[in-house]
Amino acid sequence: MIPFVIDGQPVEGKESGNILEVALDAGIEIPHLCYNESVKPYGACRLCLVEVGRRGRSKMTTSCTYPVMEGIEVLTQSEKVLRARRMIMELILAMCPGDKLIQDMAKQMGVEEVRFKRDDKDCILCGLCARVCDEVVGAHAIQFASRGDRREMMPPFGEEAQSCIACGACVVVCPVDVIKMKEEGDERTILRWKRTVKMKKCKICGNYFAPWFQLEKFREQAKLTKDFFDVCYTCRT
Amino acid sequence: MRRLSSTQELEKLRDEILKKRDPHQPFITVCGGTGCHASGCHQVVDAFKKVLHERVKSNGVGLRVTGCHGFCERGPLVVIHPQKIMYQRVKPEDAPAIFQETVLKGKGIENLLYEHPTTGEKINTEEDVPFYKKQMRIIFGNNGSIDPTQIEDYIAVGGYRALPKALFTMKPEEIIKEVKKANLRGRGGGGFPAGLKWEQCRSAPSEIRYVICNADEGDPGAYMDRSLLEGNPHSVLEGMIIGAYAIGSREGYVYVRNEYPLAVENIGIAIRQARDLGLLGKNILGSGFEFDVKVSRGGGAFVCGESTALMASIEGNVGEPRAKHIHTVISGLWERPSNLNNVETWANVPVIIDRGADWYSQIGTEGSKGTKIFSLVGKVNNTGLVEVPMGISLREIVYDIGGGIPGGKKFKAIQTGGPSGGCIPESLMDLPVDFDRLTEVGSMMGSGGMIVMDESTCMVDLAKYFMNFLKDESCGKCTSCREGTKRMHELLTDITEGRGTMDHIDLLEELGWVTAEASLCALGGTAPNPVLSTIRYFRDEYKEHIINKRCPAKVCRAFLKYRILSDVCTMCGRCAKACPVEAISGKTRTKKEKGIPFKIDEQKCIKCGMCFESCKFEAVEAQ
Repeated sequence: MIPFVIDGQPVEGKESGNILEVALDAGIEIPHLCYNESVKPYGACRLCLVEVGRRGRSKMTTSCTYPVMEGIEVLTQSEKVLRARRMIMELILAMCPGDKLIQDMAKQMGVEEVRFKRDDKDCILCGLCARVCDEVVGAHAIQFASRGDRREMMPPFGEEAQSCIACGACVVVCPVDVIKMKEEGDERTILRWKRTVKMKKCKICGNYFAPWFQLEKFREQAKLTKDFFDVCYTCRT
Repeated sequence: MRRLSSTQELEKLRDEILKKRDPHQPFITVCGGTGCHASGCHQVVDAFKKVLHERVKSNGVGLRVTGCHGFCERGPLVVIHPQKIMYQRVKPEDAPAIFQETVLKGKGIENLLYEHPTTGEKINTEEDVPFYKKQMRIIFGNNGSIDPTQIEDYIAVGGYRALPKALFTMKPEEIIKEVKKANLRGRGGGGFPAGLKWEQCRSAPSEIRYVICNADEGDPGAYMDRSLLEGNPHSVLEGMIIGAYAIGSREGYVYVRNEYPLAVENIGIAIRQARDLGLLGKNILGSGFEFDVKVSRGGGAFVCGESTALMASIEGNVGEPRAKHIHTVISGLWERPSNLNNVETWANVPVIIDRGADWYSQIGTEGSKGTKIFSLVGKVNNTGLVEVPMGISLREIVYDIGGGIPGGKKFKAIQTGGPSGGCIPESLMDLPVDFDRLTEVGSMMGSGGMIVMDESTCMVDLAKYFMNFLKDESCGKCTSCREGTKRMHELLTDITEGRGTMDHIDLLEELGWVTAEASLCALGGTAPNPVLSTIRYFRDEYKEHIINKRCPAKVCRAFLKYRILSDVCTMCGRCAKACPVEAISGKTRTKKEKGIPFKIDEQKCIKCGMCFESCKFEAVEAQ
């Protein structure tokens, strides 16, 4: 374990770790949107900014992407950090003014007004959906398209995401809850990616419990027997 | 061509090439650089080919299409050797006369010579033209005398002389020491000491290391790297081979944007020629050292000039920067130690090795050694590429080399460092060109873009222009950069369209600070420079827009009013024809009829400025 200091408090982190996870484990709050421990840190939202002092020099950086290093001194509440975070929060709020979570976060950080034109976007472009899809699920169904202020998250060419298995991992991981899923009869649809797939019926209870594609993929990945997913999770356990 | 397996064989080849070339034999060079290309140099080349083909006597008169000479304003440029008579703005129909008079009789043709802008005196040779006089063309100079597609031309001017010196007389550590001693700093923008970078990369533990040449030049109006790669690709290649030997690398990449087709082609040809001669590949010149280079073509994203984004792009991923807490010299391309330098930096290496660090470091200032190539563009008489010693003042560049501002207008500011650079006002014109001094005043050296502005440039509009570029070219990953540049552009648009308040300035400054501080890479880190530097030096101009709703440079259309001065109007009717919304009425004067002076209906006018531009008698006034 590598010792260092956050806000004067001695902490320890594992070698491959980052400052944000150590801080959160130690109960030190740092606001963040694009970080999720199940995927690699990305550093897109910039809310988790901290000041890191190392070898007598100090710089502002995102705590999620900064590796744990011995002897560094981290400030999570310095005036500079709070000032930058507030502006970033205001920028995100101007982008997605209708989002409840963003509104609450902004309020908590003291951002009362938005001095910019209000957009009506819902996605904050954190990229978590695509990263979960790549790194955890392995389906690579969605990705960022375009650059600059035209950047958006979409299935290839904006059409039905053919490689999406409709597992719903993106639905779960989205911090602003804008990826919606619906189930009707034997079909599940991920609305945002325009993907509808057939679901499998449980041999015992007769309920449609998960998409065929998802079960096949998971069965292959975990090297399970052919009949493993013939019954649903509830009936199996 | 035979593969060379020793220094002796290379020198023998050089002797053979030189022996074949009679220095007194006349030959014609035509500039084939980007600027001259646009001015039609290819038709000129065809015309010369025709002339040379037709005349039996022309046997032995060589024709060479060279790289960019730098004086693009006056292109297409033609130089007749051995007298080195320079002709400018040559047209295809001039070819027979040039051949007849100059090549055969050695006489100059008056109307094709460059005329001194103040004395009116005709100037014969390139080196006597004021544009070239204060330049120091140690990197760029050979561009004008060699055919970039012929390795023999490069060898003939002393090329590939530094390589055997490095391979056979110096240890890798000694090369690094020499580059450090020369204090070569990265020419791509950051100005990081190249020797230090090489040393860190060399000492990184790995079997495989990469050297990369960054040719993703993307600043609007800048084309120095392009011209080097197009005009003298072997100099870049030689630098890379020496660097690879010093660092301990066997594989290199040239990352060049695909919008530079000639650069892609010429570096490709250069690599093949060097391979054929045994200057690339296994056992280079019999030294046992192995190195090869591949060309990787970029899709033209500005952000791919950033080192980590560039490496991601070579790997086949989206060109997005990643955090550099572990430097690319330790873990870069495919997570291997990677040393990336800009085109111009690599081209400096053979010069340093050949002539020595002691000679090299005499040029320049304390912190910035050697020369720098700038692309001098904008409101200046002599636009083109200039190579100047570090430490030269901006004033010398603009007035002595650039020939001042056209049309008798007043100089206003100079923007250095490309889209993320800053604007430097008249009061700082005596500032020496130096990495650190430019940064001190809120601008930067950047890759070498230099845009001159006169009184007809609106600084708010200029900041808006650059912010528009950056909001499009930000990769979009960091909220602070993507949203920051977008909102700065919005605020600037407000100001230029009359909706600005004094709060806009405060908000721009705060936003600029956050964009620079909170973004991951140098694109976001420097993006606010055009805004912050114009607010710093031209705050009054911002205030004029906001408080008095007036654009002093008469650029921002929202504040303009067009009026036709009836006593000046000749009743020609051009303005009325040009007006797209039929807002101008009057009656054209003819031989029979007297005519009525034209006037503009303010209600209908959309302030497009077409009438202003179309009037030949300055009867349309913009207020």
